[in-house]
Amino acid sequence: MRIRALTIRILRQIIRDKRTVGMLVFAPILVLTMLHLIFNGDSYVPKVGLVNIPNTITDNLDLSEAEIKIYDNNRDAKQDVMEQVIDGYVTLTGNQPQVYLEGSDPTINGETIRWIQSTFRSLEKMPGQEINIEYFHGSDDIGQFDYFGPVLLGFFVFFFVFIIAGVSFIRERTTGTLERLLSTPIRKWEIVIGYVLGFGIITMIQSIIIAAYTIYVLNMMMEGSFIYLLVIILALAFTALTLGILISSFANNELQMIQFIPVIVVPQVFFSGLFNLETISDWLSWIGPLTPLYYAAEALRDVMVRGHGFNEIYIEVIVLFGFSFLFIILNIVALRKYRKI
Amino acid sequence: MNKSCIVIKDVSKQYGKHHVLKNISLEISEGEIFGLLGPSGAGKTTLVKQLAGLELPSSGENVVLGLKMPNFQAIKRIGYMAQSDALYEDLSAKENLLFFSSLYGLKGKKQQKRIQEVMQIVELTEHIPKLVKNYSGGMKRRLSLAIALLHEPELLILDEPTVGIDPVLRKQIWNAFYQLNKQGTTIIVTTHVMDEAEKCDRLGLMRDGSLTAIGTPTALKADTNSTTIEEAFLVYGGDKHED
Repeated sequence: MRIRALTIRILRQIIRDKRTVGMLVFAPILVLTMLHLIFNGDSYVPKVGLVNIPNTITDNLDLSEAEIKIYDNNRDAKQDVMEQVIDGYVTLTGNQPQVYLEGSDPTINGETIRWIQSTFRSLEKMPGQEINIEYFHGSDDIGQFDYFGPVLLGFFVFFFVFIIAGVSFIRERTTGTLERLLSTPIRKWEIVIGYVLGFGIITMIQSIIIAAYTIYVLNMMMEGSFIYLLVIILALAFTALTLGILISSFANNELQMIQFIPVIVVPQVFFSGLFNLETISDWLSWIGPLTPLYYAAEALRDVMVRGHGFNEIYIEVIVLFGFSFLFIILNIVALRKYRKI
Repeated sequence: MNKSCIVIKDVSKQYGKHHVLKNISLEISEGEIFGLLGPSGAGKTTLVKQLAGLELPSSGENVVLGLKMPNFQAIKRIGYMAQSDALYEDLSAKENLLFFSSLYGLKGKKQQKRIQEVMQIVELTEHIPKLVKNYSGGMKRRLSLAIALLHEPELLILDEPTVGIDPVLRKQIWNAFYQLNKQGTTIIVTTHVMDEAEKCDRLGLMRDGSLTAIGTPTALKADTNSTTIEEAFLVYGGDKHED
């Protein structure tokens, strides 16, 4: 009853604020469209497995410019591809090289193919003979945007929910309405849950619009189910929301809330897979698993690029809800500053 | 004397080294209009916030409506109006009233009836559908009061309810207080306006966190041979009065 009243009030406030509604929907659409138009690739050292390739052949190959791993059967190589230990492997069917790629990152695909082609070309006796390439995930037309898109989708949801929830909670404090709320019989947890539900509904609508736009208008790759995408986005939004409210208790005004963006939001992008995680120096890389976007980006990529289902994403979703739960508890503790019960 | 509505027992409050309240003890009876008079910074707001359950004393205790604060059963029976208007300006008055009344569990016909009643008391009935940001300062103050009245509280705690309100409107608001008081509502009002203090049944004079005198306006004046509360306040309160 009280939670419902709070949820309705938040929805009313947001809907009345036309500019915020516009920012929630059109800003991400604008930026995603621009990124779609400008993305392009960079260089990468491929990790290639060689399966049952006779020494007589490998001796004649130039194996520099790639990390090579030798296998004696296809199964082990495939296992390593699935676990992303190697980017792909080469085997011989008859005399013809057969290539298998992990396939979800276009930069890696391109670099691996390029390397294999130039290396094995020296073997080819007959001109015009083509190497057969098969993808476990993705396809040869996966673009940069398809790989980065899921991360950006997650980032925008996180960013906007974090800011809007944080700022509206700061307003609640500075205008004295929080104090007034706490002079009524509402429980502290009801305030936090009311906020989560109100903004949760807004985020759901926002995500459906943005995701539908990127998938159906910008043709971003979407291999998995839309429902899983929404589950991940919702879990991420809850995290952003509860963290935004929590961080807002360390800010005295809206400007100070904005100052938390470079500290709290931007660093998460570095660990979300937008940049290759293996190139991050060791003494920084431990931060990744502490950031919510890290899990959301991985799960979103699992669904959108790799077409995975619930079995592959449930751990990430649970971790995200775990973050939310932790932040909810901390929020309730933080509200004790205003009322002890 | 009537049953006690509020019992403040030897309450002190300090923030770090700063003593905001010093050994306050006070009893307020049911059905009284009690005024807390004192300059800004005297500790009036801190004391009434404690009574509303929003602050805890460092030592001592506050018993409100027979319950030690903070307590949800007591909170339900208290109407609190802070110094700031604490309204959602982007919503209409009606939406503000609906929201706060739902927090007290009001719904349906009863909710609509109470909204009409409280807006009649503060004479804002015709402005119910308006957005609060289009309200004048005085209207916001009255709407804020109306919200505090929604759940028919037995105890009204009003922190400077008429600050920034013109004399005509102030008179109207005090008429509303008398009307509620006649129906049995206990009212605590903080003020630093002397003529407002005269309207209370009893007064507590506060200065630098201490309660310097308690009594009816007439008694306070008589005890100090003063003709006005202001003079009496100066006698009890020491040398200077700042606003």
